[in-house]
Amino acid sequence: MTVLFYICAALAILAALNVIRQRTPVYSALSLIVVLCALALVYLLLGAEFMAVIQVIVYAGAIMVLFVFVIMLLNAGKETSRQRSRLARWLGVPLVTAFLAEILIAVWSQFPPVAASPPPPPDGSPAAIGTLLFRSYVLPFEVTSILILVAVLGAVVLAKKEF
Amino acid sequence: MVPLSHYLALSAILFVLGGAGFIIRRNMISVVMCIELMLNGVNLAFIAFSRFRGNLDGQLFVFFVIVVAAAEAAVGLAIIIAVQRNRDTLDLEDVDSMKL
Repeated sequence: MTVLFYICAALAILAALNVIRQRTPVYSALSLIVVLCALALVYLLLGAEFMAVIQVIVYAGAIMVLFVFVIMLLNAGKETSRQRSRLARWLGVPLVTAFLAEILIAVWSQFPPVAASPPPPPDGSPAAIGTLLFRSYVLPFEVTSILILVAVLGAVVLAKKEF
Repeated sequence: MVPLSHYLALSAILFVLGGAGFIIRRNMISVVMCIELMLNGVNLAFIAFSRFRGNLDGQLFVFFVIVVAAAEAAVGLAIIIAVQRNRDTLDLEDVDSMKL
């Protein structure tokens, strides 16, 4: 299990690097699907079966199909390279590294990587999640339905022909 | 057992990579995909905390984040289609009418 986590983590990081490295959006989208599936495996290792399935069906299935569909529809090709400022190249990488180091230092000081025995895993089955969702989180659930309604209307209006 | 900090480190790396891609990519679709990458980094942190605290609420938050991400992707891609239709470009540097 431990080995599987590190394999999935390495896969996710490599695919994420590929997402931001590729100039062609289709390649980025395919790499992103690899990231999502690797993360779904990590969720399984963490005992969140329902979330792993949702991740594959909704994220890697529905959302990424939407992305690929739009890429095909708009015929999005390679980014044209153009003159960029030197400052970005020389300052960008150190700044990103510093930001990452900052987060990692915060994590390490707060949660030192000792092999402490965690509490028993929560029951990540659909039944348990559904019970919690419809008992404690009913209001957010209903608000989410309004959000989706607004998003659907907004998408239809924005993508209309005469705009 | 993998310690919690390793999950959080993976989450932070994914988040930072998504943020870096958000800044360096100029294709609008790639930028939206980088936002999805950042959201996934945060989702992993939620689920790791849920596991290590023995509490299911983190997984419910991930549920809501996925719903919001789906709504965001739908609206964002609709905006991209509208921009492409009106300006015939996907390059963010050509969409600068609100720039000083």
